[in-house]
Amino acid sequence: MPDPILSIKNLTVVFKTRSGDVPVIDDVSFSIAPREILGIVGESGCGKTMTSLAIMRLMPEQGKITSGSIRLSGEDLVVASEARMCGLRGNEISMVFQEPMTALNPVFSVGEQIAEVLKTHQGLSNSEAREHAIELLESVKIPLPSQRANDYPHQLSGGMRQRVMIAIALACKPKVLIADEPTTALDVTVQAHIFELLHELRDQTGTSIILITHDMASVAEMAERVMVMYAGRKVEEGPVEEILKNPLHPYTQGLIRCVPHLKETISPERKDLHEIPGIVPPISHFGRNECLFAPRCCFVEDRCLNQRPLDSKRAAKHLTACWQENTNFEKVFA
Amino acid sequence: MQFISLTLKRVGFGVVLLLIVLILNFFLMHLAPGDIADTIAIDAGGADEEMMDAIRKDYGLDLPIWEQLLKYLAKVAVLDLGYSFYYNISVTDLILERLPATLLLVISAQLLAITVGVVLGVIAARNPQGITSHFVTVLALVGYSAPVFWTGIMLIILFSSILPIFPIGGLMDVSIEREGFAKMLDILHHLVLPSITLASIFVALYSRLARASMLDVLGSDYVRTAKAKGLSEFLVVYKHALRNALLPVVTMAGMVFSGVISGAVLVETVFSWPGLGTLAVQAILARDTPTILGILFFSSFVVVVANLLTDMLYRIIDPRIRTSND
Ligand SMILES: Nc1ncnc2c1ncn2[C@@H]1O[C@H](COP(=O)(O)OP(=O)(O)O)[C@@H](O)[C@H]1O
Ligand code: SF4
Ligand SMILES: [Mg+2]
Repeated sequence: MPDPILSIKNLTVVFKTRSGDVPVIDDVSFSIAPREILGIVGESGCGKTMTSLAIMRLMPEQGKITSGSIRLSGEDLVVASEARMCGLRGNEISMVFQEPMTALNPVFSVGEQIAEVLKTHQGLSNSEAREHAIELLESVKIPLPSQRANDYPHQLSGGMRQRVMIAIALACKPKVLIADEPTTALDVTVQAHIFELLHELRDQTGTSIILITHDMASVAEMAERVMVMYAGRKVEEGPVEEILKNPLHPYTQGLIRCVPHLKETISPERKDLHEIPGIVPPISHFGRNECLFAPRCCFVEDRCLNQRPLDSKRAAKHLTACWQENTNFEKVFA
Repeated sequence: MQFISLTLKRVGFGVVLLLIVLILNFFLMHLAPGDIADTIAIDAGGADEEMMDAIRKDYGLDLPIWEQLLKYLAKVAVLDLGYSFYYNISVTDLILERLPATLLLVISAQLLAITVGVVLGVIAARNPQGITSHFVTVLALVGYSAPVFWTGIMLIILFSSILPIFPIGGLMDVSIEREGFAKMLDILHHLVLPSITLASIFVALYSRLARASMLDVLGSDYVRTAKAKGLSEFLVVYKHALRNALLPVVTMAGMVFSGVISGAVLVETVFSWPGLGTLAVQAILARDTPTILGILFFSSFVVVVANLLTDMLYRIIDPRIRTSND
């Protein structure tokens, strides 16, 4: 693997809550190579959005990075000044949010909102920025771009708005694009188009993409490598094919089993859908020295309740954090 | 196109409103004991029945009531609001003479209240635990509960004896002849205390509203997007957030405009400001019915126009309303 463009080491983000300080991101490490698409997958509430906001240094006020580093081309963003972050955000590292309906400012035209980022980072004049904004609208496949540039967000559909968000995010050809559940709020057909677009833009611009999703099917379709998150921790990481073929962590197995056509590839004899029983623990449980998946796990043993499982390398690029050496699939269905 | 038809609709609505005010005016006039004939008779020092009938015929008071109403409306349509026997001048002339002073007071007080209110509100919202935030809360309480005449009198005491830098009454210094710019400055100098007093009631309202609305907007997704674009804190707050946060403030400004006008009556009286408010008080004391009704009509007119302007301003700020259904 070439030198990573973005490398996160032992990142811990602590939230001040009424029941004390809790780590919403708990000692998480991962990295992404140039041009790579990395999927981050996990159910709602596992800390995926907090991870991306930490990288952007846009966490809510009660959140603080307490340890670790976030290196973008070697530069540690954890200690970067706010002014430096303003220079990087939207320029070297961008983010597309989950809610296209509310992510654009209702009182400015979409052309203006794209042009703004060009004026900020590339010092373009009003007319140059506008021209470039129209080209960007065209590149994200919005029909009649020079007319749409004058539209306000409420005049566009959710899918179109998400395209506008992507245009804004990619306007300055960033090194890394974080797409936080970019299609969760959209129709399935629109989702396919947005994924196709992201793929194409990656091929054209060479931007690395972190695709955040709660859905293994999206990972299978889009990503080259995947990191599975649970309760603020990384539980498994590896190349997508490897993980789909040989998932080691019971949580990963559960996520795969939620998707009908993926499930067939690993367990053809059982075609019915399996939801993972139970729910993600409340944030107050985060950080405990135990496996936070234990209440939902059918391989649970004493060790799991007394000590947090550490990352262990099972194959060349395949890491998992689980005490069980042999989490056999068939056992789950037994 | 949309904009024009909507504006026309609003204008039509305003006209209907004014018509209702006029009709109410008309019936109030009829309910009041005595009529013009009585007034003229008193003025002339007495008259007999025959002469009274002649006057009533002269003024059309013998006609059926709906005919009188139509006549009254027709007269108002050409801005004929009758004659003030007390001031010996036509009511329209009387009002037009006093209107500018009131408009000056009301508009400057509104602008002052909105500006100060929004600035305080924004500062408070950016630091909800900070001193300004608490100050806004206290100010809201005090401003809301202190009667305007009390504020006015306190200011008069403060600026007449302790810190005599602002004149405490009147529209201008009549002892010196001034022209042009010097006259304007003199009027502005006299305007300071009355407009601060009138604004004080509303600063509290606007600052609380601006604070709440700004807090809301600062937590919104599009503000996060603006930050994620790498915009400076200043642009995020004053370009992306403020414009959205102003929308409820504009709505409120339109809604309280009539309140500002009624507040002006008190403030004008306290500061002997020669506007419609002092005129209204004098007219009431003198039972000068045509003048009272004329002022009622004019203030309704001003409120309707102000609401129209608010509406247009709102549509300029918010494209969702400007461009809906197209
Ligand atoms: N503003 C917030 N205040 C308090 N807790 C929060 C806030 N945002 C998120 N959380 C908590 O932090 C945890 C991680 O949330 P998040 O990163 O949004 O998860 P995901 O994106 O994977 O759904 C969740 O338990 C959530 O309840
Ligand atoms: S560590 Fe134990 S409880 Fe946790 S996933 Fe592995 S087997 Fe299950
Ligand atoms: Mg999320």
